[in-house]
Amino acid sequence: MTEVVMQRGLVRHEGRLAMMAAVAVLVGVAFMTIGLRGDLAFVLELRAVRLAAMVLVGVAVAVSTVVFQTVCANRIITPSIMGLDALYVFCQTALVFALSGFGFAGIDPRLHFLGNFTAMTSLALALFLPMLRRRFDLTLMLLTGVVLGVLFRSLTTLLARLLDPNDFAVLQGTVFASFNAVEPDLLLFAGVITVAGVAIAWRARHVLDVLALGTDTAIGLGVAWRGTAAGLLVVVAALVSASTALVGPMAFLGLLVVSLTERIVGTNRHAILLPAAALTAIIVLVGGQTVLQHALGGEGSLGIVVEFVGGIVFLAILFAGGRR
Amino acid sequence: MIEIAGVSLALGGSRILDNVSLTVPKGGVTALVGPNGAGKSSLLSLIARLRPLQSGRITVDGLPVDTTPSRQLARIMAILRQDPGVASRLRVAELVGFGRFPHIRGRLTAKDREIIAASLEQFDLSDLALRFIDTLSGGQRQRALVAMTFCQGTDYILLDEPLNNLDMFHARNLMRTLRRIADEHGKTVLIVLHDINHAASYADRIVAMKDGTVIASGETGDIIRPDILESIFGFSMRVENIAGRLTVLHHA
Amino acid sequence: MTAGSLGSQGFAYQAIGAATLLALFVASLFVGVSELAIGSFASDPEALRLIMISRLPRTVATLLAGSALAIAGLVMQTLARNRFVEPSTAGTAQSAALGILVVTLVWPDASLGCKAAGAAVTALAGTSVFLMLAHRLPPTQPFLVPLFGLVYGGVIGAAAIFAAWHLDLLQYLEVWMTGEFSGILRGRYELLWVAGALVVLAWWTADRLTMLSLGRDVSIGLGLNYAGMLRLGLVIVSAITALTVVVVGTIPFVGLVAPNIVSRFAGENLRHTSPWVAGGGAALVLACDIIGRLIRFPYEVPVGTILGVVGAVLFLFLLLGRNSND
Repeated sequence: MTEVVMQRGLVRHEGRLAMMAAVAVLVGVAFMTIGLRGDLAFVLELRAVRLAAMVLVGVAVAVSTVVFQTVCANRIITPSIMGLDALYVFCQTALVFALSGFGFAGIDPRLHFLGNFTAMTSLALALFLPMLRRRFDLTLMLLTGVVLGVLFRSLTTLLARLLDPNDFAVLQGTVFASFNAVEPDLLLFAGVITVAGVAIAWRARHVLDVLALGTDTAIGLGVAWRGTAAGLLVVVAALVSASTALVGPMAFLGLLVVSLTERIVGTNRHAILLPAAALTAIIVLVGGQTVLQHALGGEGSLGIVVEFVGGIVFLAILFAGGRR
Repeated sequence: MIEIAGVSLALGGSRILDNVSLTVPKGGVTALVGPNGAGKSSLLSLIARLRPLQSGRITVDGLPVDTTPSRQLARIMAILRQDPGVASRLRVAELVGFGRFPHIRGRLTAKDREIIAASLEQFDLSDLALRFIDTLSGGQRQRALVAMTFCQGTDYILLDEPLNNLDMFHARNLMRTLRRIADEHGKTVLIVLHDINHAASYADRIVAMKDGTVIASGETGDIIRPDILESIFGFSMRVENIAGRLTVLHHA
Repeated sequence: MTAGSLGSQGFAYQAIGAATLLALFVASLFVGVSELAIGSFASDPEALRLIMISRLPRTVATLLAGSALAIAGLVMQTLARNRFVEPSTAGTAQSAALGILVVTLVWPDASLGCKAAGAAVTALAGTSVFLMLAHRLPPTQPFLVPLFGLVYGGVIGAAAIFAAWHLDLLQYLEVWMTGEFSGILRGRYELLWVAGALVVLAWWTADRLTMLSLGRDVSIGLGLNYAGMLRLGLVIVSAITALTVVVVGTIPFVGLVAPNIVSRFAGENLRHTSPWVAGGGAALVLACDIIGRLIRFPYEVPVGTILGVVGAVLFLFLLLGRNSND
């Protein structure tokens, strides 16, 4: 009886997933084809690179957010609200700062990425595992994360000033994501990391279902919590690194996407939630960019718009949750 | 004298007070009793102008509470709400000193300092005078707030379940102090009490409320009777005279 | 019995505090790209000119902005009844920047005073909305209000950046969002004296502000004009923030750090502590400005950047280390 019900639920969810996939493909085609002009091969290549970047970033942000939220057993906390992408940008600048001191300016971007990733992962584990273990009050943890994010951003600005005092870092570049300046070199590399991270998350989907029940319940059901959480945090760090390296920080994209997804699919089962969140992210990013580009004439501002809308969503969730 | 005439209050569509009329004579201790949700605290808030009056009329010593300047009212009437959640890092003496605010412009005079010291002494707070209130226990903080209310030196004192958080010693001390200032200084005390026996032992008059209306009001001896108590609280209880004090045996 | 017994000790602390502030003041006069030895301006008229036109105005501006921002933070904490908020972390500074943007757009040649007035209006609106929402949040969760404020400020900031980006004013916005004293000369900072006057006003109403922090019921019971006092506090916070953002740009965390540290040692009776808070804010900003001048000498790092780091570290310390003290 229950099996039949669950089976029926699964079929319904799979139907929704198929629908979302279709919408995602449609949005992608629209992005590639609307308003084509001039040198067709050149424009198409440019758009393809951007589309690939948006898909990669969408998938990486969606999956990392779902996994992080599940490890924290809470649907409002996200990697970027806790300052992880700011941490990545900080590591990036710090590495450049340290290397320039030794005269290694022109380092291979992939090697650079690996250095950043290692630094960031170790810092993230050192900061967040104790916080999760000590079971901070949720609002204190969120506030600490937001302030850490401010600290990392301030440190980044400070280092940038120390590196080059005449360069007035324009706000947009350091604070908001930009999809117009994607390095093709990094695309493949970030792609490999994203695929690997998503594969691990997918294999762990049943463990994630259990973790979502809360730390105590998960331990009671036989999950080796500490090791599992640490491993999943590394996956999250890898995915955040990949997306941030490609386009820059996106503080509220993850939150926006996952809360949308939960409304659409209405399930906490990760076998559905993970792909659905990834598809939602793709639709939001690619669709948003298409609309901004052709309807509103604000090509480069997708990052800011997502931050604005995502921030309001965060406030709404916080307000509703706080008042409850 | 506190005069309440035709006061009703509705919050979010539900009726909290329904056409309440009541006169609290000057002098003596009047206890407000009744089950949870009877509207006691709301009535007290209206008298103390903490909530805007929706309908009806309330006067204290002839001054309408909705139109008299707040500062003038603060010189004749002090209010202590239940759990006002004071979170400032003030020293106990500083908090109690704010009770003098309605009477002064700027600096405390020597007389004000005397009153502050007396209030601290009265509530067993002299040793804690320099402690920050956020380092006190719940009961100590409650005493500090009561002391501030006393320090205001008003003819009318309104208290909303002030015995919360107090141990037996300090609860008894507070009730005896209220009794004394009513007897010796002619103050008028209107107090919401949770424990019917505190009302029975210390109050001159009892006002009983239920479902937003006053259902009984009179001398303590006329209210502390099994039939009236049952109509207020909904169950029967025995009343005994033990060593000259009316005692309600509501535990059985 | 009461505060009197702290008298002699209090005097020693006051002397130390005043000496520190004076030392920073003198240091600020003599630190900079142009060499300036102490005593040289007696013989060298050029040195005197440098002091009068650049160094002294800059140092005075730092003092005024630092103390005013600290007081604005203190008043904001009183209004929100939460010790972890301040103008730059709850949308006031961002609203002010948005206001300057609007004034610049409508009237590009507006004077500093007009820009400040416009900024004050939007800061007032932004802060009112924040407080209205913050008062609806449950007081049992003290971290919810600052969290709400930070994100609220971020959303307004994103709106300002979006608008600036569209209007090609991003460079200007950058200037308003990063506090910096290097551009301060005589004739370009005097608006900050208004902020200084507001500090005095806050001190003058200190008793009433303290009562405000006791909550609505207690303060009305004591005869305070609660709504009027709320409005006055709002005006003080908005005006100070607008003036500093227009003249020197956003300087974060001063209003958070200075009042919290003072409150740990001296409590929150504002009649006694507000001079300490003002002095502490001035010292903090002066020290950070001097660090900014020295850390990459001969270039300058803006004070806003230095305080972003120093202030965030201190904020984390206040958040996470706060149980150790009580």
